[in-house]
Amino acid sequence: MTSGEITVGNPVRTDVDKTSAPSAPVTVRAHGLSKSFGALKAVNNVDFTVTAGEIFGLVGPDGAGKTTIMRMLAGVLSADTGDIEVDGVDVTADPEQAKLHLSYMPQRFGLYEDLTVAENIFFYGELFSVSRTDRLVRSQALLKAAGLADFQKRLAGQLSGGMKQKLGLICALIHTPRVLLLDEPTTGVDPVSRREFWGILYNLRESGVTIILSTAYMDEAERCSRLALLHAGEIRYCDTPARLKATMPGVLLAIISSNPRALREALTGQTGILGVLLMGDRVHVRVDDPAQRIPEIRASLANHHVEITSIEQVVPGIEDVFVALLGSEETA
Amino acid sequence: MNLRRLFALAYKETLQIWRDPRSLAIALLMPLMQMAILGYGVSLDIKHVPLCVYDQENSQQSRGLVQDFVSSGWFSISRRLEREADIRDAMDRGSCNAAIVVPVNFSRTLAMNGTAPVQAIFDATDVNTTNIALGYAQGAMAQASREFVTGWAAAHGTQPSLVGQINLEPNTWFNETLDSRNFIIPGVVAVILALVGAQLTSLTISREWERGTMEQLISTPVTALEVMLGKLTPYFMIGLIDAGFCLAVAIFWFHVPFRGNVITLFTTTMLFLIVVLGIGYLISVRIRSQLGASQVALLVTMLPTNLLSGYTFPIDQMPAAIQALTLVVYARYYVTILRGVFLKGSSLTDLWMPIVGLSVYALLIIWLAARAFHKRIN
Ligand SMILES: Nc1ncnc2c1ncn2[C@@H]1O[C@H](COP(=O)(O)OP(=O)(O)OP(=O)(O)O)[C@@H](O)[C@H]1O
Ligand SMILES: [Mg+2]
Repeated sequence: MTSGEITVGNPVRTDVDKTSAPSAPVTVRAHGLSKSFGALKAVNNVDFTVTAGEIFGLVGPDGAGKTTIMRMLAGVLSADTGDIEVDGVDVTADPEQAKLHLSYMPQRFGLYEDLTVAENIFFYGELFSVSRTDRLVRSQALLKAAGLADFQKRLAGQLSGGMKQKLGLICALIHTPRVLLLDEPTTGVDPVSRREFWGILYNLRESGVTIILSTAYMDEAERCSRLALLHAGEIRYCDTPARLKATMPGVLLAIISSNPRALREALTGQTGILGVLLMGDRVHVRVDDPAQRIPEIRASLANHHVEITSIEQVVPGIEDVFVALLGSEETA
Repeated sequence: MNLRRLFALAYKETLQIWRDPRSLAIALLMPLMQMAILGYGVSLDIKHVPLCVYDQENSQQSRGLVQDFVSSGWFSISRRLEREADIRDAMDRGSCNAAIVVPVNFSRTLAMNGTAPVQAIFDATDVNTTNIALGYAQGAMAQASREFVTGWAAAHGTQPSLVGQINLEPNTWFNETLDSRNFIIPGVVAVILALVGAQLTSLTISREWERGTMEQLISTPVTALEVMLGKLTPYFMIGLIDAGFCLAVAIFWFHVPFRGNVITLFTTTMLFLIVVLGIGYLISVRIRSQLGASQVALLVTMLPTNLLSGYTFPIDQMPAAIQALTLVVYARYYVTILRGVFLKGSSLTDLWMPIVGLSVYALLIIWLAARAFHKRIN
């Protein structure tokens, strides 16, 4: 969430360039996709294209429509209008054909809690007609990568949240999907498990699997090749994390203060201040012109008796970008 | 259809059933308990029909007649009445289901004519009990008749020309007790299997929705038909075990004579199980909560099978419109089949009519069930 993690985003982009060549390109294309629940437009005229070897991230606030899009891509929810193409197959017309090459991990844990780890893996392997040897080889490798090798006999219901998510991923990968759909796969997962999780995802991308995931974690959003920023069922922005950052208007200042709330109070609404965002012990302040505004801020804070430790210009994180972009949408 | 996926589903479902011993115990023990309750309910009712006695003569002979009713074990005297008008009152209050009226000059008429009328009145609200009670009354009368005849022979040295005091002689040969019970218990088996079968499968689909496992399942290439067959297979096995239990209790515990052959019983029972499990499955597909599905299954099976299957209320005594309605009550076919196989030793060909009825039903249910489930969330 802090600037230290932003650097993680950069190697990801170079990876994309490395892996764009091998294996036939598999694409997922959504066109004019809409879905309403009664009067509520959960997804409104959404378009995007994802190419093989990409990790495409859907990001947005609660209720933005991420799950609804995922479900339509997985062929478990029918779209009102629009079409989806997965690997040349029209999902809206023939969802069953598409499901052969697709793996979907729902937001809510979707495996059988009264079955063991091994039994769940076996079950999903059978549903995708994976041969016995393939299943054994793949499951051993995946269990090892996920740190679950010692838990094969444990009931899925007795796993921790993070272990459950990793088991979900293993079951999704027990066949060889060309498209992997993950709906908030790491929510409630500890940092170590999340790193293992992403390790597996990077390897998959290397082998040409198209990955679409939704996430609530900004550091994860930074690791995606491209991001779609969703709001109220619409894609507001869709680009690489780096280019999204470039579109952010203004410059970001990080101010460290013992009283960040008072600091926000003092600065909100002041001229030249585009946005104020609390980030734990610090406050991110977006300004139009740092050279002019920094002295003004210092003066204003002194006026309000808010003590500060430091002010410095920082590289924006993706969270800053989203707040900035969605915030300006909101007022526009 | 892919057999591998079908087996995977059946195996998974079996594991889940196995891991839930409470539900499994209910599935296996419930039918046995119901069998005991309903089976004994049948025989208890029939053992002690409450009887009102209006003995106008109160002689040794009339008391002997009443005693024959009591010692038969089928009646217990609930009230002794002093006036004819009290009979009606007693019946209205439900204090008796049957009454006997012994006339003032009973023993004199009997001695002179060798026959004497005794009036028997039955509360006909419950046709079934009435029929049975009537049979008992005839039995008791026959016993009294035999005593009278032996007495007469001893006194006169000859047989009386006119035998029993009361009409309906032929029924003295007929053992009503066993017959009604034998008649009803196969029906009880049918009703229990109809109830339990639908309960078993009414939860299969709704459970997946409720636990959140359905979304991932329907994102795989598994087909709706595979889901249906895979899920029904283990319950079919449980259903067969339940049927075996119930039929064994009927034969070995309640001693209902089994005159037919096991193959006929087995094939028709499988046919019936397909129908009841299919109905539970259909409900499960339609209703996404487990509680709701199980309640609907109970409602849909309980009333029709109890009232319209002919297991307690004979279908041929129903009004024509209701009789027509019973044609859609699948349990009626199995009730007929079981009675035939048990009591008459009927073969598959003898039973072709109910078997065709049940087969049509089974095909219809399978067809509906196979089309009912869609791999969609909405
Ligand atoms: N089956 C449904 N029936 C009615 N409304 C629904 C249904 N599914 C989703 N919605 C509504 O559609 C909107 C989008 O929901 P969706 O689950 O796609 O959001 P989300 O981005 O996944 O949110 P979250 O981050 O909370 O998971 C929400 O307002 C939600 O309440
Ligand atoms: Mg969601």
